[in-house]
Amino acid sequence: MTVEAEAQFHVLAVDDSLIDRKLIERLLKTSSYQVTTVESGSKALELLGFREGQSNTASVSPNQHEIEVNLVITDYCMPGMTGYDLLKKIKGSSSLKDIPVVIMSSENVPSRISRCLEGGAEEFFLKPVQLSDLKRLRPHILKGKSNCKEQKQEQQQQENNNNNDSSSTSSCSDNQSNKRKAMDEGLSPERTRPRFSSDSLTVV
Amino acid sequence: MASLGLEKQLHYLIESMYEEGLLDVQFQHLQILQNEENPNFVAEVITTFFANTEKVFKELEKLMKEIEVDYKKMDCYIHQLKGSSASVGAHGVEKASIDMRDFCDQNDIEGYEKNIPIL
Repeated sequence: MTVEAEAQFHVLAVDDSLIDRKLIERLLKTSSYQVTTVESGSKALELLGFREGQSNTASVSPNQHEIEVNLVITDYCMPGMTGYDLLKKIKGSSSLKDIPVVIMSSENVPSRISRCLEGGAEEFFLKPVQLSDLKRLRPHILKGKSNCKEQKQEQQQQENNNNNDSSSTSSCSDNQSNKRKAMDEGLSPERTRPRFSSDSLTVV
Repeated sequence: MASLGLEKQLHYLIESMYEEGLLDVQFQHLQILQNEENPNFVAEVITTFFANTEKVFKELEKLMKEIEVDYKKMDCYIHQLKGSSASVGAHGVEKASIDMRDFCDQNDIEGYEKNIPIL
């Protein structure tokens, strides 16, 4: 068993504002993450190798544009595809759904925040994002990575057990949804920044 | 020696901008992110901010001159301005943008025009 060296985690940052892209890039690099920034949801999906209507997790040969990403952080308000739309696409894709997604917005709208969290976002950051906010990314990245690893291990086991069975679909999605449930049940108001007032927000 | 004098001037200028409410704590956060590896970070961001803001002003000017003012488009640009000014700590601009947005919401072009010098 090889011990994994302190690998750098790769974050994909999505924002239509150049200034905010510069800022988030600097924040992430200062926090020792590897960063790729893109200006739109569609570019992000392209980089992630998203294919419309893909349903199985059989090993797909990686496109030359595909990159491995440990977390996606995206602005909410973007022309065309919003951050929420991007979140739904990622969570709806069997190959991408385990990637943790964080949403940022300059507007403090409780209904927007709860919609995003219910849609599968791990965190919702109010802009301007601070260095201290980024500390909250690590547990999600680590969880995402271990989920991915487990999924791959379980898939391999399945393949070993069912030699004759050629269909290796997302057998681990059940496992995943249980984990997701656990996370949801553990949802606390602390998910959002302390200064966010949760008076009007009902936590599901 | 001369550079020390300039540094002091810059320091006082920035201090006075804080006092006048033109800059806020976010600008300090930008300064913290600047280091030996990225010595020009603040300058880069502020330069980008100015270029971006100029573009937005030009677009807003065009939109204002239309016979039928498209308040929705204007609101979009002002939202951009509000976001970018908040990101760099340009508190004065951010505050003025919020006021401009209110005028837009009310389709009040006169109130909007009166506020342009402030912005």
